[in-house]
Amino acid sequence: MSNAQTIVSRLVDSFQLNVQLFFLTLLFSLPLGLVIALCAMSRFKPLAIVTKTFVWMIRGTPLMLQVIIIFFAPGLLNFGAPWGSGASARFTAATIAFIINYACYFSEIFRGGIQGVPIGQTEAGQVLGMTRAQIFFKVTLLQVIKRILPAMSNEVITLIKDTSLARIISIKEIIMMAQEYTAQGLIWPLFSTGLFFLVFVGLLTIIFARLEKRLDYFRV
Amino acid sequence: MAILEVNDIHKRFGAAEVLKGISFSLEKGSSLAIIGSSGSGKTTLLRCLNFLEKPDRGRITVQDEVLFDAGDPGTQAEPEIRKKRLNFGLVFQAFHLFPQYTVLKNITLARELLEKERQKTQGTSAPQKEIDADAAALLAQMGLVGKEKAYPHQLSGGQQQRVAIARALALKPKILCFDEPTSALDPELTGEVLQVVRSLANKKTTMVIVTHEMAFARDVADHILFMDEGLIVEEGPPEQVFGNPREERTRQFLARYSSEP
Repeated sequence: MSNAQTIVSRLVDSFQLNVQLFFLTLLFSLPLGLVIALCAMSRFKPLAIVTKTFVWMIRGTPLMLQVIIIFFAPGLLNFGAPWGSGASARFTAATIAFIINYACYFSEIFRGGIQGVPIGQTEAGQVLGMTRAQIFFKVTLLQVIKRILPAMSNEVITLIKDTSLARIISIKEIIMMAQEYTAQGLIWPLFSTGLFFLVFVGLLTIIFARLEKRLDYFRV
Repeated sequence: MAILEVNDIHKRFGAAEVLKGISFSLEKGSSLAIIGSSGSGKTTLLRCLNFLEKPDRGRITVQDEVLFDAGDPGTQAEPEIRKKRLNFGLVFQAFHLFPQYTVLKNITLARELLEKERQKTQGTSAPQKEIDADAAALLAQMGLVGKEKAYPHQLSGGQQQRVAIARALALKPKILCFDEPTSALDPELTGEVLQVVRSLANKKTTMVIVTHEMAFARDVADHILFMDEGLIVEEGPPEQVFGNPREERTRQFLARYSSEP
């Protein structure tokens, strides 16, 4: 019994790594995604082309591979150890890979959302003497958010599950932890990890439903 | 004296020359109706006036100030254009109200932003009370009392278009432009919008109205401009253009329109 308690508490501890990676990725990839989206839509063609090529490369290769490359490449290329050393280095590298990867996916959602707002909204702002920034922040942005919420909720739900990929560079997230017990002939810890994700995704679903409801007062 | 002078405006989209040299002038307090078939360049002309399109050639002058001259890049700097736009108001065919704002906020938003800017640059601005009071007066004028807190999607098309008119008027433009203001409306809703435009004409609001409503143009406008294939074919007072058109093309156009139900 006390053994089971230990196992559960160690699973809870390791899930904190998944959750940390989740929040750090969201925190940085959302603004970075907006910047990437704006670059991809730039009227300065070279910038748009470079950005779109980058997004294609990131979306076109496995996140698992990107985690590996970000972690190992600096050392292999003799750039020293930019991520530091030990467990924190592995976590830093994984976080950076996740941020870049998710920023690219978010950027496409943002781009679709921004381009989906009718041009008439921008023109209405223009003829009313608004600046480009005012039009974006006061007119377009909320309409974009309302449009992209369903797609964002999908992506965010995928993110929490993707955090398990960090194990590829030996980050002891929950599934890797549970597998240690499988090796000892104990299978239930591995099965039970599913519950952690289910509960977390349940919470995310509720939060997104609330957000959508809060924006229900207008139509786009 | 003319409040608006348009000289030799040309506009080309790729291979298509949409405006082939448009010139006209408009007296303060008068209303001009631009008629013509689809694709004749009416809307493009209106968009040029509001700086939503940049003419390839030509000049636009308001009260002796040259707002745009294709030959003078100094008149085309972006921050300047933003200010110059305020000479004109534009009511769109599809309203383009801001869906996330109430009717009242739709009307006050741009004014609030401009007053904030004025506070920064000139140290003086109209208080929020005055902005709200002006908006309320406009709503009353549009017959929309009680709709202040409604959102655009809760209104009929005719009501939305009247809000759009109030929004344009809130910035007190010298010239108010309408781009087919009733074309997106169900027939039974056009009347209420036309009624509002008519009342503005009676108040001597300077207006440029692109419209397919011939009876309305004849009734309300002081001057008619008939466009075809990017050129002004005929212009004059409504009695002349509608009653006794000089040009064959005008006659054909009017015959087509009057034969339609």
